[in-house]
Amino acid sequence: MLLIRCPYCEETLPEMEFTYAGEAHIVRPENPSDMSDEAWRDFLFIRSNVKGPHFERWRHSHGCARFFNAVRDTVSDRFLTTYKAGEPRPDLASLLSAAGQSESEK
Amino acid sequence: MTAHINLSQAGVLAKSLAASVTLLEPVARFSLRTGAAGQAKLSAALGLTLPTKVGQRTQAGQTEVLCLGPDEWMLHTSESLAGTILQACESVYADAPHSLTEISDREVTVRIEGPKASELLTLGCPRDLDKLPVGEARRTVFDGATIILWRDAAETYRIDVWRSFAPHLISLLQTGCGELAAE
Repeated sequence: MLLIRCPYCEETLPEMEFTYAGEAHIVRPENPSDMSDEAWRDFLFIRSNVKGPHFERWRHSHGCARFFNAVRDTVSDRFLTTYKAGEPRPDLASLLSAAGQSESEK
Repeated sequence: MTAHINLSQAGVLAKSLAASVTLLEPVARFSLRTGAAGQAKLSAALGLTLPTKVGQRTQAGQTEVLCLGPDEWMLHTSESLAGTILQACESVYADAPHSLTEISDREVTVRIEGPKASELLTLGCPRDLDKLPVGEARRTVFDGATIILWRDAAETYRIDVWRSFAPHLISLLQTGCGELAAE
């Protein structure tokens, strides 16, 4: 079971309290009717599907009920960080170097 | 199998050497939601301080309030004081916009106490209960059902659970009570 840190509760809690909610930082277009069919399709369905660090949304559904964002490595399932919804995307290079340091300390 | 449980009759549901499970008398419950701007005025109107950290609770007389999320609180009070709460919040509505919903009948509360109360809860609750301080509470999950878990003493808990999930949850606790006593 994954342990996930909720940035609102400020606690690290079991995965069973959380719900996965897809890729993060996908902004809904202001005027969908102005968009081409291809652009709308891309907004709805096309995702980055990365192998490695993935920016994604989670919801603490059996807790504070808030949506938040996380960076999770899709290969190892390791969470690099979690942060509140609406905050900017954290710098991936510094997250990875911080993760590497804590790994070498073990 | 889910046993038939009469939720309108408060009383002991299961009792063993390990723990006891008791259905408590009904209380008035309110769900309160408001932004940061209105919190001070609502606190003054209610005569208590709305806690701001998730899981913290405060009590004033018979009214108990728990912070469930950054903008969400659960209020418990005696049924006779329900009208007072409604009036107090309504009086500050213009200055402190909020949503106050009465949900008294949505949930029932069971008390779990006894030397193995914490162990009994591990039956369905994935949390590390050692990290839940006495005097606080959390919304969490118990075998798939959302619950609010109040820790009143080291081995005394209350669980608020939605009425429709209660027979399932209580029958699990009854089984657990028996099994832990047999160990």
